[in-house]
Amino acid sequence: MAEEVKLLKTWSSPFGLRAFWILKLKGVQFDFIDEDLSNKSPLLLQSNPVYKKVPVLIHNGKPISESLVILEYVDETWKQNPLLPEDPYERARARFWAKFGDDKVLASIWNAFIKQGKEQEEAIGLAIETLKFLEEELKGKRFFGGEKIGLPDLALGWLANLIGVFEEVIGVKLIEKERFPLLSAWMQEFAEAPVIKESWPPHEKLVTKFRAMREPYVAAAAQPK
Amino acid sequence: MAEEVKLYGTWSSPFSRRIELALKLKGVPFEYIEEDLSNKSPELLKYNPVHKKIPVLVHNSKPIAESQVILEYIDEIWNNNPILPQDPYQRAMARFWGKFIDEKALATRMKANFAEGKERELVTEEFFQQMKFLENELNGKDFFGGETIGFVDIVAIVVAIWFPLTQEVLGVETFTEEKFPVLFKWIRKITEIDVVNECRPPREKHLAYVKARIEGLKSASK
Repeated sequence: MAEEVKLLKTWSSPFGLRAFWILKLKGVQFDFIDEDLSNKSPLLLQSNPVYKKVPVLIHNGKPISESLVILEYVDETWKQNPLLPEDPYERARARFWAKFGDDKVLASIWNAFIKQGKEQEEAIGLAIETLKFLEEELKGKRFFGGEKIGLPDLALGWLANLIGVFEEVIGVKLIEKERFPLLSAWMQEFAEAPVIKESWPPHEKLVTKFRAMREPYVAAAAQPK
Repeated sequence: MAEEVKLYGTWSSPFSRRIELALKLKGVPFEYIEEDLSNKSPELLKYNPVHKKIPVLVHNSKPIAESQVILEYIDEIWNNNPILPQDPYQRAMARFWGKFIDEKALATRMKANFAEGKERELVTEEFFQQMKFLENELNGKDFFGGETIGFVDIVAIVVAIWFPLTQEVLGVETFTEEKFPVLFKWIRKITEIDVVNECRPPREKHLAYVKARIEGLKSASK
């Protein structure tokens, strides 16, 4: 039976990008559709009724949602260029750091991005504390996955380009080279890796988009209480 | 080398209890260490420096944290009585629903517990929709795992035991048999299993604990 692999994503979603990366890294033939989230396709709504979000991977008609779940599914289905190591303990560590990325890093950086004034200062402080764990984890390693890109690298990969976008919009540097030498080096290596480097959404377009996303928070904070 | 398995947990945590259940289902002998979260042990802080939380599984001195990560690890090390299915698509579905329970259902339940007025109506509706999705997953099966309990069942014990208990304490009617007949049938079936009952908090102690916590949270928010 001819393999049918379809990826529903958007031009800008970092979560969709993860799924895009793993399929490309494994050389899987696939189609993708960039959704307009203000006008979700019937296919998206039908494939992900629980969350109605991207990304969704549809493999031979069967949909899988949640980007980290998609990554593991792709890794188990197409065995070439494995993303997860063989050893169960190393696998557990990889899953731990991927989760940490979404639960803590993403959340703390988003807070630093949307908050204003004193709250922003605090949020930035917390984001930096969170990033320190990543810096520590990179000791002696080229990638979070070791010598080559692994699950946590794809999970955290959004940092490599979106951090620059956020920093530009809020006018604050979050990942300074002096404070985060390993993380900075990793960001550069990841950003320029084969397959990854061809996939980044256009910088200016991202800046415009995220600036617009931040507006309501700025406006709300400016309201007299 | 003699196997050394230690579990750092608390008696009332559903996340900790699910690890006990997985180990017991596979017949893995382990040492259990009850943590006092107001006075965390140096071992806990050493084994989980990032989150400083329970549960932590320590296997031959190597620590693993995050309950669903621990469940997958256990399943990979001890192959008997598998928790996750073999088929990649079924595994993806199990992981999806596991994530859904811990990230969505639990959070909405917490919100619904404490919301008031109009917000309460909205959150209760959201909770209803979410639990309906979960209920539909049972789809005629005895358990989420099919004929025997699996990954999703183990994660969903929080729904089977903790949700009705909180409901009883709060005196609300958001999670009832009338609204969720299929889910309640599953609850009955799963709570009949001996090993599940071996791993649940003792009822009276649990009831008193949840009461005290909710009172504490309510007065803190005032």
